[in-house]
Amino acid sequence: MSQTVLNSNVPGGPLADKWQNHKNEMKLVAPNNKRKYDIIVVGTGLAGASAAASLAELGYNVKAFCYQDSPRRAHSIAAQGGINAAKNYPNDGDSVHRLFYDTIKGGDFRSREANVHRLAEVSSSIIDQCVASGVPFAREYGGLLANRTFGGAQVSRTFYCRGQTGQQLLLGAYSGLMRQVGAGKVKMYPRREMLDLVNVDGVARGIVCRNLKTGEFETHAAHAVLLCTGGYGNVFYLSTNAKGSNVTAAWRCHKRGAYFANPCYTQIHPTCIPVKGDYQSKLTLMSESLRNDGRVWVPKESGDSRSPDQIPEDARDYYLERRYPAFGNMVPRDVASRAAKERCDAGFGTGETGMSVYLDFQRAIQEQGEDAIRSKYGNLFHMYQKITDENPYKTPMRIYPAVHYTMGGLWVDYNLESTVPGLFVLGEENFSDHGANRLGASALMQGLADGYFVAPYTVGHHLASRTLKPVTTAHPNFDQTRQEAKERVEKLIGVNGKRSVESFHRELGQIMWDNCGMARNADSLRAAADQIHTLRDQFWKQVFVPGSGASFNQQVELAGRVADFMEFGELFARDALAREESCGGHFREEHATEDGEAKRDDEHFQHVAAWEHTPDGDDVRHKEDLKFETVTPSTRSYK
Amino acid sequence: MSDTDDNLTLTLRVWRQDDSETRGKFADYKISRISPHMSFLEMLDILNEQLIAQGDEPVAFDHDCREGICGTCSLMINGQAHGPDKETTTCQLHMRRFKNGDKIVIEPWRANAFPVVKDLVVDRTALDRIIESGGYVSVNTGQAQDANCLPIPRQDQSSAMDAAACIGCGACVAACKNASAMLFTSAKVSHLAQLPQGDPERPQRVLNMVAQMDAEGFGGCSNTYECEAACPAGVSIEHIARLNREYVKASFCSSATAAEPIQAGE
Repeated sequence: MSQTVLNSNVPGGPLADKWQNHKNEMKLVAPNNKRKYDIIVVGTGLAGASAAASLAELGYNVKAFCYQDSPRRAHSIAAQGGINAAKNYPNDGDSVHRLFYDTIKGGDFRSREANVHRLAEVSSSIIDQCVASGVPFAREYGGLLANRTFGGAQVSRTFYCRGQTGQQLLLGAYSGLMRQVGAGKVKMYPRREMLDLVNVDGVARGIVCRNLKTGEFETHAAHAVLLCTGGYGNVFYLSTNAKGSNVTAAWRCHKRGAYFANPCYTQIHPTCIPVKGDYQSKLTLMSESLRNDGRVWVPKESGDSRSPDQIPEDARDYYLERRYPAFGNMVPRDVASRAAKERCDAGFGTGETGMSVYLDFQRAIQEQGEDAIRSKYGNLFHMYQKITDENPYKTPMRIYPAVHYTMGGLWVDYNLESTVPGLFVLGEENFSDHGANRLGASALMQGLADGYFVAPYTVGHHLASRTLKPVTTAHPNFDQTRQEAKERVEKLIGVNGKRSVESFHRELGQIMWDNCGMARNADSLRAAADQIHTLRDQFWKQVFVPGSGASFNQQVELAGRVADFMEFGELFARDALAREESCGGHFREEHATEDGEAKRDDEHFQHVAAWEHTPDGDDVRHKEDLKFETVTPSTRSYK
Repeated sequence: MSDTDDNLTLTLRVWRQDDSETRGKFADYKISRISPHMSFLEMLDILNEQLIAQGDEPVAFDHDCREGICGTCSLMINGQAHGPDKETTTCQLHMRRFKNGDKIVIEPWRANAFPVVKDLVVDRTALDRIIESGGYVSVNTGQAQDANCLPIPRQDQSSAMDAAACIGCGACVAACKNASAMLFTSAKVSHLAQLPQGDPERPQRVLNMVAQMDAEGFGGCSNTYECEAACPAGVSIEHIARLNREYVKASFCSSATAAEPIQAGE
C-alpha cells in the first residue's frame, strides 16, 4: 500500500478566514474574456443545475448534459425534508460555527475541516438565493420563514417546502438553468449519458457521451469539465436512488486518473418503507423530518404479535429515547439505523418478516391534531398509504433502514478539483463534506453550495491560472476515446448470452447488502470481493442485451451501468476492508464499544483513503491526512 | 411471499412503436403470478424480464424515481393518464387496483407536441421550452437580499406551493382532448404571480409562456377539467383561471408584448 499523502490545497490562515482569503487570492477571468471559455457540466441536479446557471450568468459558454429527458428530473427532486442554514432566525443559538461543528461531528470526524466550514459559511446565502428565485419555503403567519429540526442538531435550522423541499430547490435551480438556455449561454443536452472523459496533456478537456435517443456517440470539448452526477447507492440494487442513478461517469473518470475517495462510506437511512417481495425494484424513503413528531418503538416482548394499537404503553420499547435521552428520536441516521437493526436482529422486529420497527404518530396527533400533522407531512403519509395500503394516521408506519446516500466519491481538493486538472466534482459525487455520515438536510445544502457559491470561483481560477491551449474535438484523443466507448457497448451486445442485465444487478445488490451493508467484518468483505469478481466474469460470458446499440435502447444503458457497478463494487469492498475501524456509516463489527457503538481509531485512520486506478485493476490506496485545527475529535455521543 | 392465492393473471395490450417515423401497433401479452402489492412498473419489469428470456426486445417506458415526484413515468392506462387512482403517478399505482383476469391497455401520452421516441416513451422537451420562455425569476447568483426581507403571507406561500407542486409529467396534456398544456403552463405562471419575487416580470412571463405553448402545437383550453382529474400532483384548474386573468391584464394593462417563440431542435 502506498503512503503517498495527497495535497488538499487548503489555504492558510485561521479556519474562519480561509475561504475569504482564498477568494481574495484566486485569479479572475476578466468579464470580456469569459465568453472565450467553454465549460461542460454533466448532471443537472442541485449541484449541476446551479453550477451551469451560475457559470452561464458570469458569461461562460456552458454545455449541460443529463441522462433524463429533462434536466428537471434529476434525483435531487426526491429529497423531502429540508435544507440546513445557519440563519439563526429562531434565535435558538445557531451560528456558522455550530452548523460547522454539528456537521463535522455528524460526519464522525472524517471530513475535511476547511471544506465543512466553508459549507456552513455559505449556507445562509443559499437560502437567500433560493427565496429570490421563487422557492416557496414554508412561512410563519407573519410571513417570515419557518424552520424545523433535523437529526444530529439541537437547534432548528432546517428550511422546508412541505415534504418536497428537494423538488422546489431543484425547480428553482432548473428555472435559472432554463433562463440561461433561453439566453443562449447554456446549450442543454438531455438524454445523454457520459461514457468517458477526454484528457489532453493530462488536463480534462472534454467528454464522450451516448445520445440515448439515437444511439450515436458524441464528443464535446471544453476548457473545464464539471461532474455532478450524484451518488452510487444503486450498487446495492435496492436503494432510495432513482432507477437511473449510476456510478458510470465517476467510474470512467476514475479510470482516467481521478482518485476515488472513501467508497465504503454509505449512508443507510433509518426510515424507509420495508422490502415486501422479491419483485421489489426500489425502496422509498420516509423523510427524517417525520422523527420530529414520530416516535420509534418495538414491542418489549420478543414475538409480541398483537397489532400495534393493542400493545399498551408499558409493553412498548421506545428504544431511541431509552438509549439516547439527549437526542431521543432525533439521533443521526447511522445511529438510528444501527439501533433498528440491533432490535430486529435480537428478535423484536415487527411485521411479517420481523424486519421493521414502528414509527408512531399517535401522540403527535393527540397533541397537535390530525390537520396539523397533515399540513406538515401530508404528501409523505399519502405516499406511505399508496405503497403499503395502510393508513398512517390510524396505525403506526413500519420502517426499516435502506441505502440512501453515499458520502464517498471522487477525491477533490479545496477547489473541488479532482486529481485530473480541469475536472471538478460537485455535490454527492465528491467526498469532501460529510465524512463518514451525513446529517439530514445537509445534502441539498452541499449541492447548492458547490454549484452556486464555490465552483463559480474555483473554476474561474483554473481558467485564469493555467495555460490551456486551444483544443477541439478534432484532436485525436477525442476520436480514440469515442472508439473505446463504442467498443465497450459493442462488446456488451456481443456477449449475447441468456441472462438479463437486471438479474445480474439484483445479484450484485444482494452480495453488497449481505456483506457490505449496515455491519461489515473482514470475512464478509473478503467474501464480497470474491463473489463480485466471480459475478463479473459470469456477466461478461452470460449477459443478454437485446436490440442494437444504434437506437434508443434502455437495456444498453442499463448494461453499461451494471458493468461499471460491478467493477466499483470490488473497490468498495476493498476500501471497507482496509479501513480497520468503525466510523459513521462504516461499521466494522470487529471495532465496536461494549454497548455496540462505533469505535474509531484516530491514531491509524484519521485520513481519507483515495484510490488510484492502475491498468492491472489493482487500485493503489493513497492517503490524505485529516488535520483538525479547531475541533478536537471526540467520541460521538448522542446520549 | 410473491406466490399466494391472490396473485393476478392479466392480459396486457401494449403500444409498440420503433420510433417517431414508424407506424406503431398494439401487441398482446399474457402475464401471471402478479402480486397485488407490486407497483404497476414492477409488473412491467416482470413483463420485460419475460420478453428478454424469450429473446425479444423489452417494452420501452420512461421511469426514474419511482416515488411519484420526478415526473418521468407517463403511461396511459385503460385510457386514463397515470391510471385509475386519483393524484397518483403510474409508478405509485399498485396492482391491488386490478382484478384477476383484467385486460389492461397501455399507451404512450398522445399529443402532437409529444412525438413518440419508442414504444411508450415520448419526447416532452416542449414543456422545457415553455419554462425556458419565461418560467423563472431573473435573478443571478449572488444578487439576493436576506431571505427574510421579503415577508410572504402564509396563505400566498401555500397557494404558490400548490401550483409549484407540478411535476411536469404531461398527464394534463395527455388527458385533454385538445392536448392543451394550459394546466402545466398555468401552474408556473400562478406559482410566480403569487410571490413578490415574480412580480416585476409578471406581464412578460405570461405572454411569452402562452405564445410558446401555442407555438409548440399544444391545443387550446376548452375547460373540460380532464387535466385536473388526471394531475398526480393535485394542481387545480384555479391556476388556469389565474393565468387567464394574468394574460388579460398583461395584454390590456401593460406595454409588454410576447417575444418570438423558441424553435425546437437540437
